[in-house]
Amino acid sequence: MATGTNTMIKDTILKVEHLSMKFGGLMAINDFSFEAKRGEITALIGPNGAGKTTVFNCITGFYKPTMGMLTLKRSNGKEFLLERLRDFEINKVAGVSRTFQNIRLFSGLTVLENLLVAQHNVLMKASGYTILGLLGLPAYKTAAKEAIEKATYWLEKADLIDRADDPAGDLSYGAQRRLEIARAMCTGPELLCLDEPAAGLNPKESLTLNALLRGIRDEGTSLLLIEHDMSVVMEISDHVVVLEYGQKISDGTPDHVKNDPKVIAAYLGVEDEEVEQIEEQLDHGTVEGGTV
Amino acid sequence: MEYFIQQLANGLTLGSIYGLVAIGYTMVYGIIGMINFAHGDIFMLGGFAALIAFLILTTFFAGIPVALALLLMLVIAMLMTGLWNWTIERIAYRPLRGSFRLAPLITAIGMSIVLSNFIQVTQGPRNKPIPPLVTDVYHIGNITISLKQILIVVITSILLFAFWYIVNKTPLGRAQRATEQDRKMAALLGVDVDRTISITFVMGAALAAVAGTMYLMYYGVAGFNDGFIPGVKAFTAAVLGGIGSLPGAVLGGLLIGLIESLWSAYFSIAYKDVATFAILAIVLIFKPTGILGRPEVEKV
Repeated sequence: MATGTNTMIKDTILKVEHLSMKFGGLMAINDFSFEAKRGEITALIGPNGAGKTTVFNCITGFYKPTMGMLTLKRSNGKEFLLERLRDFEINKVAGVSRTFQNIRLFSGLTVLENLLVAQHNVLMKASGYTILGLLGLPAYKTAAKEAIEKATYWLEKADLIDRADDPAGDLSYGAQRRLEIARAMCTGPELLCLDEPAAGLNPKESLTLNALLRGIRDEGTSLLLIEHDMSVVMEISDHVVVLEYGQKISDGTPDHVKNDPKVIAAYLGVEDEEVEQIEEQLDHGTVEGGTV
Repeated sequence: MEYFIQQLANGLTLGSIYGLVAIGYTMVYGIIGMINFAHGDIFMLGGFAALIAFLILTTFFAGIPVALALLLMLVIAMLMTGLWNWTIERIAYRPLRGSFRLAPLITAIGMSIVLSNFIQVTQGPRNKPIPPLVTDVYHIGNITISLKQILIVVITSILLFAFWYIVNKTPLGRAQRATEQDRKMAALLGVDVDRTISITFVMGAALAAVAGTMYLMYYGVAGFNDGFIPGVKAFTAAVLGGIGSLPGAVLGGLLIGLIESLWSAYFSIAYKDVATFAILAIVLIFKPTGILGRPEVEKV
């Protein structure tokens, strides 16, 4: 089906294989595998406590997984095993960037500085690890200018250009969320992981966010997002993976997942027999899986 | 009046030295939330490095111009002391990062003892003199200001400016401030946090080495125990100015220097340290975060 509508064969950017994460006796993630394709928005959904954030934490180096392999393939063909990289290398070498459910900006730094920290490695190199930069070499000046241009570009995208010199902590909640995404993008990631980007946003802000995320995808960055807001998930995702109790229960297009009885059961908490009933009804086409 | 100005000049000189050392305390505290009690001994080590550099220079290159000798002493002391502090951070503090809060503190006290004992054993327990290098003295009325004092204040000012520039305007400084606020997040944005912390230790040590060299020049002797009292004073300066704040450290250093010299001039010299610490106590009662320290606002 995919070949019929889409002649371009999509390359895998992130491959998670047999991921397991144990906290003491608790199996938070149990043999979880999925793939995220390059240039797509992949959504990871599931009820509270399903282990979505744990998966993110494994991908971005917060946790060392108990078992499993996380392979990231960059566009130049190089592959990295994320679980073996040091924390800063996940971003610097593998090109993975992330945001948090609870905002983690450098609130004492200005908005612009937040975006410049994200370009640290480029600037450090250009400034000859500070020493040459202090001498004011032209190469550093050009790099500094480029960094500011890149920051400006993302500030405009995130609609924050007027606030560039304000402390990041002074921004409103919605603006802080957009700044976090802009900051993550300034590291030049190939894969951007967003942990509940729409949490706490009002419907209007939510729409702006959708546009921002689509824009990011269209510029070639792949996205992986955790989201509760189904209007966001169904609206923008190309691919949805559903997690419950640390295990994958469904994987496919938004439409496929929306109508998957297991997913409906997970979200509405239906008895097993009822699942069977619904499955039967679905076969007869009497139930619309509209609201999940 | 002249007497007062004279004491002001003396206090400023002493305060510059305290201020330079205080920056090391405040930076390390800012970035990893740890009081590096070995920093006073790093300062002492800086003095010894400068002394040894001086001896080598005068032995092998007799007749070297004083200005060049001083500059080389400073540079060598900064490099050597930076290397020492880098090593200490690497072997004694980094493995304990993420351990319980008291562990690095206890290690720091341990390192302080190790350093002063190391110098005592290798350099001997007696104070080592250095011949006066800069002897020019200027008289303005009844006020005597030595070239030494002027040099100390000028070098301190230049270094402070350079330092301020690095912290506020360069990518390195930005990374330091980001690491200070959220270490994990900085790492996720590609900042090599461990390296940034190491550089912070090296920078603090370099400033302490300059302070040590100037202390050596000012008093003419270096002793293995020199790290303790000035170290405690510099720490006090950092707390007085507001720990974590760079301008605060300098301000605190200057204040402590001034309090000390003015108190010795007008009251009892025996009680100068009591006066310093009394003022610290009073300031902290009314302003617990220090003079320029920011109160930590917790957003709920």
